[in-house]
Amino acid sequence: MASSGSAIQGVSRRASTTLGAWRSDGAARWLFIWPTVLVILFLSLFPLLASLALSISTLSFHKGGVDLKLVGFANYQQLLFGLERSHFLGVLKTPNPVGWAIVGGTAALVAWAWIRAVRRGEVGPFGLALRLIGGILGVGFVYVLVQALASDGGRPGSLIVTLIFVIAGIALQYGLGLGLALLAVQRVPWRRFFRIVFLIPLTITPVGVGYMFLMMTDTSKGPLEPLWVALGLRNFTWVTDPWLARAAVIVGDTWQWTPFMFIVLLAALESLDQEVAEAATVDGAGRWQSFRHITWPALLPVTTTIVLIRLIEGFKIIDMPNILLGGGPGTATQSMTLQAWIDWNTLNLGRSAAVAYLLLVLVTVVATVYVSFVRRRVTELA
Amino acid sequence: MTNPFRKRSTSDLSPPAKVAAFVLLLGWTAVVLFPIYWLVVTSFKTAYQVDKGPYYVPFVDFQPTLNAWHYILVELGNDTLRPYLNTVIVGLSSATIALILGSATAYALVRFTYRPRVATIGLFIACLGGAALAITLGAPIAIVVASAVAVFAILALTITRRTRWALANSDIAFWLISQRILPPIAVAVPLYVLFQQVGLLDSLGALIVTYVATNLPIVVWLMRDYFASLPRELEESASVDGASIYRIVRSIVLPISVPGLVATFLIVLVFAWNEFLIALVLTSANAQTMPLQVAAQNATRGPQWWAMSVLILIMILPVVAMAILLERYITRGLLIGALKG
Repeated sequence: MASSGSAIQGVSRRASTTLGAWRSDGAARWLFIWPTVLVILFLSLFPLLASLALSISTLSFHKGGVDLKLVGFANYQQLLFGLERSHFLGVLKTPNPVGWAIVGGTAALVAWAWIRAVRRGEVGPFGLALRLIGGILGVGFVYVLVQALASDGGRPGSLIVTLIFVIAGIALQYGLGLGLALLAVQRVPWRRFFRIVFLIPLTITPVGVGYMFLMMTDTSKGPLEPLWVALGLRNFTWVTDPWLARAAVIVGDTWQWTPFMFIVLLAALESLDQEVAEAATVDGAGRWQSFRHITWPALLPVTTTIVLIRLIEGFKIIDMPNILLGGGPGTATQSMTLQAWIDWNTLNLGRSAAVAYLLLVLVTVVATVYVSFVRRRVTELA
Repeated sequence: MTNPFRKRSTSDLSPPAKVAAFVLLLGWTAVVLFPIYWLVVTSFKTAYQVDKGPYYVPFVDFQPTLNAWHYILVELGNDTLRPYLNTVIVGLSSATIALILGSATAYALVRFTYRPRVATIGLFIACLGGAALAITLGAPIAIVVASAVAVFAILALTITRRTRWALANSDIAFWLISQRILPPIAVAVPLYVLFQQVGLLDSLGALIVTYVATNLPIVVWLMRDYFASLPRELEESASVDGASIYRIVRSIVLPISVPGLVATFLIVLVFAWNEFLIALVLTSANAQTMPLQVAAQNATRGPQWWAMSVLILIMILPVVAMAILLERYITRGLLIGALKG
């Protein structure tokens, strides 16, 4: 492709590269990029297509072998509307008053944003239609969430549980990571010791962290046993309460991933221009004001990047809930990956692939929404 | 001796505030180190001592023993050594390969301009889809592949190269990075079938290739931001002086990229070192890695905490040592990439 095209095109393209003279190194251009593209094409695109094929089929056993039979969207239908819905989306009941208030508030917000976009006239008709569809889907999703979480007798399925893990985990990890980074950047003794120690949880295999927390949370033989006794919880088992079990998973996940937030935020804080902050202090700005108006805006770009990274990685959570509770009590801590894994183990390959595919769709949607709404706005500000 | 908590400049914290910050940091240190301390003590306990309820300090409330260490390192001997070596080989080689391929791509995406034509990509997808359809309908694979390649080559060289609509570097980067979104569970099953077909199941090669593929997006992501933040002036003047690109990369770009490369290498090494799900699916005996060995201690007789503790400890030791040695690089390397946003 490099040598193709008319002379005019060639000239204009040459002008568009900053290092025009390099273009003689045509081979490097291709050598640098093709191995990666090929590896990704082969090892990502192939599994992607194969899973898609698997998700619309079912595995049947007969004498001497297995057969794949195409069943169309039956697997998806089962998960979203059929028998498996209570497992995947949750038990959906009529929302209670608080739930209705949340749904109404969301709908009002979406309608307001859309009407404002129409009034301003900056978005074309196609964009407006897209936004309307997106808004309606968003409200519908909130309605499902409310039916599972803010209703009498409803309970969340693996999709909502995964979202809870991701959102609560990221919020905790970011809050702790930022707090620790703000402390560690001060001129206190042992700074290097702290930053090395804080890094350690990141290096432990998630499986190991899972078993470690299984030991820590044991109320009769674990190291915190005196604490449980002192609190009068000797015979108390957190394993049987859905929300406590989920909290345990989030605590373990937070222990492991706070260092990631910490180390990046610390690096960002150290690179900040200290003189600006000092000048502000001299001018009489309080610590809070100087954080609010100088430090925080400077941290925003990094913040959006690390939150995006954790969003993408967090949705894959499986080891912690699997080891701590095997997804239980019931299915209370089953994340989507764990559900797919259990389906795979019971040789329900089609449904396993369907769950994995829905996870892929979910992460893609969340990441896209996040990038286009949060990240772009931050970049515009910066 | 001077007071370590004294106020050093006008904007520095007051001494009481510094003490408070120090105490809070110590608190988190305890949160981080206590579970690890518990691993260490547990590794010196017997089954009975673990079962009888929490004992905290060796020699004070229980008599430590080397039983678990002896069991893992001597009795199991080769059964520990083999997964350990596997982990080392798979981790180091997959991280190295991913780093080389990924940084080359990241550098190319920053310094060269690519304009892949939309029509060519569409043609590629159409050929792929057509081939897949033909194979599912029962056509012989060899013929389908050959004709798909032929159709693609002919049309790409004649028609699609004349079209104008093309993508840019940022689109390529977005496509590569977005592959990280793929959940491992969606990748594991097809890869199992693939490696079974080519007879590579339960081999180190299969694991290395898979980890390279899953970690490449991370390397491209981090290194692209890193290279974009480097000043171009040196490279430009070198190229004016007639240096070839390989020379420029070797003697100018690589030396100033060491922090970024080290940080990225450590990150992908940790990912490959600790990965569990894909290893579980793709290996059965010979190529098993350490995370599987850890999980295997929770077999038929219930969790063998003492043995498990030993395994986790010997597994994190080299990574922690590396993190301590390279800590400066990690902070600096992450910083430049991350600040670009």
